[in-house]
Amino acid sequence: MEGHVLGNLFAAALIGLALVAAWRVRRSAFWRERCAEIMRRRPIATVVVALYLGVALLDSVAWRDAQPGEASVEARSLLDRAFPTDFRERSYSAPLASVEFYGGEPLAHPRRHLLGTDILGRDVLHLALGGARVALLIGGLTSLIAIPLAILLGLAAGYFGGRIDDLVFFVLSTLASMPSILLLVALIMVLGRGPVQVCLALAVTSWVNFCRVVRGETLKLRELDYVSAARALGVSELRIVWRHVLPNLSHLVVITFVLTFSQLVLSEAILSWLGVGIDGSWGQMIDQARDELARDPIIAWNLVAASTALFALILAVNRVGDAVRDVLDPRTLREPT
Amino acid sequence: MSEALLEVEGLVTSFPGAGDVRLPVVDRVDVAVGRGEAVALVGESGCGKSMTALSIVGLVPKPGRIDAGSVRMAGRELRGLPVTALRRVRGAEIAMIFQEPATSLNPVQTVGAQVVEAITLHESIARGEARRRALALFEQVGIPDPSARFGAYPHQLSGGLKQRVMIAIALAARPDLLIADEPTTALDVTIQAQILELLRGLARETGTAILLITHDLGVVNEIADRVAVMYAGRIVEEGTRVEVLGAPRHPYTQGLLRSMPARVAPGERLAEIPGVVPAPDAWPSGCRFADRCALVMDLCRAREPERTVFGANAAARCHAVAAEAAR
Repeated sequence: MEGHVLGNLFAAALIGLALVAAWRVRRSAFWRERCAEIMRRRPIATVVVALYLGVALLDSVAWRDAQPGEASVEARSLLDRAFPTDFRERSYSAPLASVEFYGGEPLAHPRRHLLGTDILGRDVLHLALGGARVALLIGGLTSLIAIPLAILLGLAAGYFGGRIDDLVFFVLSTLASMPSILLLVALIMVLGRGPVQVCLALAVTSWVNFCRVVRGETLKLRELDYVSAARALGVSELRIVWRHVLPNLSHLVVITFVLTFSQLVLSEAILSWLGVGIDGSWGQMIDQARDELARDPIIAWNLVAASTALFALILAVNRVGDAVRDVLDPRTLREPT
Repeated sequence: MSEALLEVEGLVTSFPGAGDVRLPVVDRVDVAVGRGEAVALVGESGCGKSMTALSIVGLVPKPGRIDAGSVRMAGRELRGLPVTALRRVRGAEIAMIFQEPATSLNPVQTVGAQVVEAITLHESIARGEARRRALALFEQVGIPDPSARFGAYPHQLSGGLKQRVMIAIALAARPDLLIADEPTTALDVTIQAQILELLRGLARETGTAILLITHDLGVVNEIADRVAVMYAGRIVEEGTRVEVLGAPRHPYTQGLLRSMPARVAPGERLAEIPGVVPAPDAWPSGCRFADRCALVMDLCRAREPERTVFGANAAARCHAVAAEAAR
């Protein structure tokens, strides 16, 4: 299957999931209240995160224009279509400039490049916006792999203990004892350099911490009265895990998802800087900017655009994450008395 | 006693102590509950009464284990049953209510869903039918406005209501025996009375037998047909409520009753039993109550007293009582 079709399916699945989630939230008074509370506490950050999501989705829906005889034309996303078809220059140009940065040749699109162009003459705003999809893909897909794995193994280890616990803990401590960046680079070398491969590698290194948290919480939960009560009622162990332990971990899942997300996006930037990142990511833009900073006069817009986009996303996600934790943790949420 | 429902004989449950020693926290305990009967197992904290209850349903927490004895339910031996068979007994034949209603309900599920789960666990019936049964149970245990409470989460209910929900869950599969482990300890006095009243009424209505585990003699007086008094892992006295509470034979039971505030004129100093219950690793070799007993003799420290039987089903385990009876 072609890349853009897969992307479209993914986007459709994501929209579907979001709709289901929204429907569930609307139905449950608890979640409706909590969401309103998050919005009330962090209005700007929530909107910013939503904007990033929107841009990433626009960039995920792509199709190829039917042009008979021109089979090799690349598929263009909704985001690409927001820019003119041939929105390129020959090389660097400063933001809103009308001539090239070096040499002073007139531009093809004078005063139209809001954030200038890069060494290949690509519009920096377009690149920066395109980075959102990569960043969210990394955060989202990796979490989607790492979190279920961590929950499964953490639950099994914490609830059943004994041999399973020994085994899981052995794997955990082995992974934790390796410098994660080395492990990451090694895994990517082995798996290859595609986005899915990078996400897999990141998942392998990032499930460890969460698994440990799940295991600890399960150890606590399995001793609680309602678990004993369920056992005394004749509920089977698997059903107890599914109905009485797992749901009580959900606040942890939500919180960890939000907090690891930003961690993962940053990790990708580091990987790109080491030359093993994903094409089109902010990390790669920053990596390219290394040489640009050494030029005279320096070219900063590429670096500034990518860093700002990265910084704003991380900050917003962390702010929302804080609010999510505060709102879901009964110890920090003051009861209205 | 009517036809026997639960018969526990010679039950020994132990936990590992220092070194290789195993400390029997429940030591050669015999308890019997007849159909429709309410039996109270009374004792101080740490005397092994809750562990007796958990041993009956085979849920002794690790590293504890049952070393000896038999637990028969309606004539069928429960010890040694495979886990799946035991699971069918739990809830369906023997249900349990715990002390703390606040923590015995899953906080993230509606109480209705939890009652429905208890119903569908042992019976395959349609969801709608289960829901109707659950609502009927809510009504039966005296929850006002059942359909409104059905979708409530535990934190939205008061302690008394939560305990009523627990009782509804316990009764969901129509068990023959209900083990209530300190069902009223965590509740206000007024609510305690209501819950006891409810338990007594339900037992009469449905013919469910009750094994009540408690340290509260007031509660025993409210509800029990027969009483067994436990001290340091052993049953020291048993008999009907009237016998045990009216004319206690064992010095420990006498001491307990004397220390009840209701039995002492206001302003007067309460009688007390000197000392504390010895820990399982410090039990004396003779009578375990010897160090705290006013009637202690040399014999008490040398040899553990035998069970002295009085009449149909009363008994006490005390040298002084035995000597009195022999005279």
